[in-house]
Amino acid sequence: MKQSTDKAVLEVLAQHKGGPKVQTAWDRYEAQQPQCGFGELGVCCRHCMQGPCRIDPFGEGPTRGICGATADTIVARGVARAVAGGAASHSGHALHVAHVLKKMLAGKTPDYAIKDEGKLKAVAARCGIAVEGRSVKEIAQDLVETALSEFGDKGEALTWAATTVTAGRVETFSKLGIVPTSIDGSIAEVMHRTTYGVDADPVNILLGALKCAVADYTACHIATDLSDILFGTPQPVVSKANLGVLKEDAVNIALHGHNPLLSDIIAQVASEPELIAEAEAAGASGGLNVVGICCTGNEVMMRHGIPLATSSISQEVAIMTGAIDAMVVDYQCIMPAVATAAECFHTKVITTMPIAKMPGAEHVPFADENAAECARAILRQGIERFKIRNKDKVCIPQEVSTAIAGFSAEAIVGALAKVNAEDPLKPLIDSIVSGHIRGLCLFAGCNTVKVPQDHNYVEMVKRLLAENVLILATGCASSTYARHGFMTSEATTKYAGKGLAAVLTAIGEAAGLGGPLPPVLHLGSCVDNPRAVDVAVAVANKLGVDLSQLPVVASAPEAVTEKAVAIGTWAVAGGLPTHLGVVPPVLGSALVTEVLTSTVKELLGGYFIVEPDPNKAAEALLAVIDERRAGLGLQGGMSCN
Amino acid sequence: MQLIYVRADRCLGCRTCEIQCRVEHAETKNLFAAIRQIHPPKKRLFVEQQGGMKAPILCHHCDDSPCMAACITGSLYRDERGVVQRKDERCIGCWSCIMACPFGVVARDADLHLAVKCDRCPDREIPACVASCPTKALRIVDADELPKERRREVLLREIG
Repeated sequence: MKQSTDKAVLEVLAQHKGGPKVQTAWDRYEAQQPQCGFGELGVCCRHCMQGPCRIDPFGEGPTRGICGATADTIVARGVARAVAGGAASHSGHALHVAHVLKKMLAGKTPDYAIKDEGKLKAVAARCGIAVEGRSVKEIAQDLVETALSEFGDKGEALTWAATTVTAGRVETFSKLGIVPTSIDGSIAEVMHRTTYGVDADPVNILLGALKCAVADYTACHIATDLSDILFGTPQPVVSKANLGVLKEDAVNIALHGHNPLLSDIIAQVASEPELIAEAEAAGASGGLNVVGICCTGNEVMMRHGIPLATSSISQEVAIMTGAIDAMVVDYQCIMPAVATAAECFHTKVITTMPIAKMPGAEHVPFADENAAECARAILRQGIERFKIRNKDKVCIPQEVSTAIAGFSAEAIVGALAKVNAEDPLKPLIDSIVSGHIRGLCLFAGCNTVKVPQDHNYVEMVKRLLAENVLILATGCASSTYARHGFMTSEATTKYAGKGLAAVLTAIGEAAGLGGPLPPVLHLGSCVDNPRAVDVAVAVANKLGVDLSQLPVVASAPEAVTEKAVAIGTWAVAGGLPTHLGVVPPVLGSALVTEVLTSTVKELLGGYFIVEPDPNKAAEALLAVIDERRAGLGLQGGMSCN
Repeated sequence: MQLIYVRADRCLGCRTCEIQCRVEHAETKNLFAAIRQIHPPKKRLFVEQQGGMKAPILCHHCDDSPCMAACITGSLYRDERGVVQRKDERCIGCWSCIMACPFGVVARDADLHLAVKCDRCPDREIPACVASCPTKALRIVDADELPKERRREVLLREIG
């Protein structure tokens, strides 16, 4: 199997100068073959020390674990714990941003400021905080206290969960008992109910997982809102993507991970003349070249137009170009293998967070009280490393695509407002009703070694665009579409069906872009998935229907992480049919499989569609979109011809 | 003659057989001690995958053993059970057996300079791999009984 469909990645894999010792995730995947079938089916349990226990999926061996748990119980526990793992990541991310905002208001973090007062007021008003006649600081103080109260024992429905979805969703969640009253409490509850001898009812465990997933949604939404307030709400920005953004004559600093707290500050100080002069003095005539990897890359791309080098699965490949002087990481999706790959080159891997260190990397503690100085110190380490870069080991591919990023929900509404200032959503809704836009699909998630990098994303999107489905993308999905040239005006001409192209052209021209809107809208990092919900909720509310009725679907065709499991689960809770292109470890239980792919549809409207074949998956999503259109009494979408 | 019969459709690739093979050939026959041995025990069967098919590949103890025929020092011999075994002191690490084995199931212990192959667990009634397989993908069958079983299955299929 090919490792990737990204030409830049393939070129570096074939031509890098790191020698035979360099290993990649694809080599290690090969070495892991065959992978344990019990794990693949989700029927092993290590939750107590009487185990590990495994259920024989053929029914000849044990049918129960030592405690008596069946495959159904064990698989359900595994799903719930994956959701909790994902929710814990987003909780940590969101809480970190909230803490910095709080410290900023107390005057303890001078390098941060409220960049978007409009967003602050809008979020505060949505949360029921008085805005009129109050100072920005007063409003922000109330907002940060409301945000912080979501993590502990709030004792009532979480504000963000209850105020950012449709009334219909709130009612459905309440009926099922999956309204969280604490983000961290929901995570702890999943850990409690899945520990030795607590919840053995697979359906009840899955309800707990759904509640935890709604808590994950809440955390994601808080992270996005507070980041926008601190760093600005993204607006369309033209940038570039792929390994060709690395420069031979510049100090290349790669920002990798997820949180904008450090990366945004680095992006800010990297333009300081003093630092650029230091880089030039070190021999880098091109100065400082900050590039992004993974979701940190998305964060700085959206807000600063910083180019994106590559996505998570090819993070080692970025080092194998021999051109990265420092890779600065915060947390999540950072493979410990980057430090090993860096040993074969001059690259310095710098960890910055107390909870995310790695052997072989240098740890530079990031203090938000002193953020800009930390950021400068880190950039200087990169400049130092540039001095020992081995030019003979440099292998920078030419590959680079233009990408228009920064489509926050506000930016999308802003672009629509250029068509109809009084009623911005009307053009979008009219297009959906007329069938010019057949439906919407949110692509989210990761890249995996189990699929040639980007293959599923690209195959699916070509089909969906031709069938007039407007695409929203986040996380490594947005990286994929940026690298493959789907985020340009030209892509609309090349890939979009007639109806979709007409709409995107009309909006693009009205917005003064001089061409159509891109057919794939870059909504941000993976924590920004609620931006897609915001768009869908606005449409649903305007139409007076629930999310579960809209011709809106989601897909994670190359999913990897527990965060993806959590996001996929809340997408289902939110009423979206959600495609997975990688088989999750649940098939060991017929019951859990049935619940997640079918039964849950009756309860929530959303459900999982597992289909590894990208062409079949696209057809399945189109069928769902048409089913939803029919439910709303709409004609089928325009044909692609 | 006892054979180890592999039902590949049942193999989940969990490698339990490989681990238990190593443990059986460890000094203490204990997993936790085995992983700390100076020369950790080698496995004598190999779970492989091609496409969607996973299966352990193991020694057939062939009647006309190519490995035995190729062994120039007489290190490989057939014991009273009909199992092809190795005498440590005779093996010179020439690896002729590795080149000769058509199944690729003779391995090299690079630390001890010894050819390593299945010895059918002389201390056990049922070999460790067979006994440990959680899905019963490995079975002990008799070379004369298996065809009989097969023939009866043919008839059973005939009568539906």
